[in-house]
Amino acid sequence: MSEPARILANQGFHAPGPVDFFLPDFTGKSWNQSGYDTLLTKASVLLVFGAVLAYLFLAFTSRRGAVVPTKGQYLGEQAYSFVRNGIGQDIIGPKYMKYVPLLVSIFFFVVINNLFGIVPVLAFSPFSRVSFAYGLALLVWIIYNGVGIMDKGLLGYLKHATVPAGVPVAILPLLIPLEFLSNILVRPVTLSLRLFANMFAGHLLLILFSTGGAYLLIHATGSPVLKPAGVLAFALGVAIGFLEVVVALLQAYVFTLLTAQYISGALASDH
Amino acid sequence: MNSIFLAQTAPEEPNPLGFNLPEFILVLIIFGLLFLLIRKYVVPAFEKSFAERRDAIEGGIERAELAQAEAARLLEQYNAQLAEARAEAAQIREGARAEAQRIVEDLRSQAQEESARIVARGAEQLAAQRSQVVRELRGEIGILAVELSEKIVGQQLADDANVRSTVDAFLADIERQSTAGASGGSGSTAGSGA
Repeated sequence: MSEPARILANQGFHAPGPVDFFLPDFTGKSWNQSGYDTLLTKASVLLVFGAVLAYLFLAFTSRRGAVVPTKGQYLGEQAYSFVRNGIGQDIIGPKYMKYVPLLVSIFFFVVINNLFGIVPVLAFSPFSRVSFAYGLALLVWIIYNGVGIMDKGLLGYLKHATVPAGVPVAILPLLIPLEFLSNILVRPVTLSLRLFANMFAGHLLLILFSTGGAYLLIHATGSPVLKPAGVLAFALGVAIGFLEVVVALLQAYVFTLLTAQYISGALASDH
Repeated sequence: MNSIFLAQTAPEEPNPLGFNLPEFILVLIIFGLLFLLIRKYVVPAFEKSFAERRDAIEGGIERAELAQAEAARLLEQYNAQLAEARAEAAQIREGARAEAQRIVEDLRSQAQEESARIVARGAEQLAAQRSQVVRELRGEIGILAVELSEKIVGQQLADDANVRSTVDAFLADIERQSTAGASGGSGSTAGSGA
């Protein structure tokens, strides 16, 4: 056992962990008193606030609709066009316009909530609560399967989703369960866990570097390298903060892109 | 090492993947509302301004094309008018030249006619005067000859018939000589005048 580890352990450093994501609710109850079912937490408030901000941003930038846009309108139009053309049109193809409202909602809802993680006072990403990610992924799952069933009928869609074209019949008994697993069952899980895990890990790193840095600077004693290590931890924390901005944007983009891809796959005429 | 780290945090660490039904329902409701609002207000507003912008640009292009076509049409019309005017001017010039030629020709023939007429009248007058002179001379020559002879002879011969016939014969002789001497144009005119 190394010397710093003993110091930390002995002097009551609270190592960040999953418990830091189980925020106490406003009635004062914490996660182990009310099970996992807390609702009135900062995470929920931020989620609602994120939705409101997403709507206000889009509503204010689209409200005037001038032919020659102002700066704000231009910003909104660029962001909207990025999702509409860069994700919707490019991935889904000719019938994309029907899905633009969904893709725009997902992208702005997720990106603003993700960015909350590095806004100083808010400092929490709602999607590091896995149930939020589950909910959104479930919606996407229902939508892309629903789109496929509406397009091809239930059996037609199941055949489209599970039977690859141009494969020998003898291999089909092996492939059909695999395809069903990967196209129908696993997708919502990976979709939600990818978003959740990125937000969760990023936030954990931020907590670790900031609380650890503070602890090393203020409380830790016993070695002359501890305070410089604390400064280094803060510097790394800032760097992680910048990384988190990128991750927040990227994960929102990936979530929206995959939604578009699943819809496109459900609509495709061949496999 | 692990046991010391975990000593602080291990007792009741919650599962971060645990399912929280209230949160699950909350996100469905909130996202559903956001989706409905965006579909109802945001997307139509953006699409409307995009369509207006496209119309403005395409309308501008259309107007420019119309103006260009109009300009081309006017240019063609102008060129056609110019060519027409040039042709007309050439025609007018040609007409004027022909007219001038005709006028000159007319004047020339008129002048020739006039000069011929004047020459003819001159010749006529000359002939008339000549015959008159000849007539007068014929009378006077007789008298002059008689007077001259009287002066030479010294006697009155005037009323003598004999003398008169001598004079007539003399004159006829002269006349014959003059016609024989000048058998050309002047002699014939003199002869017709006598």
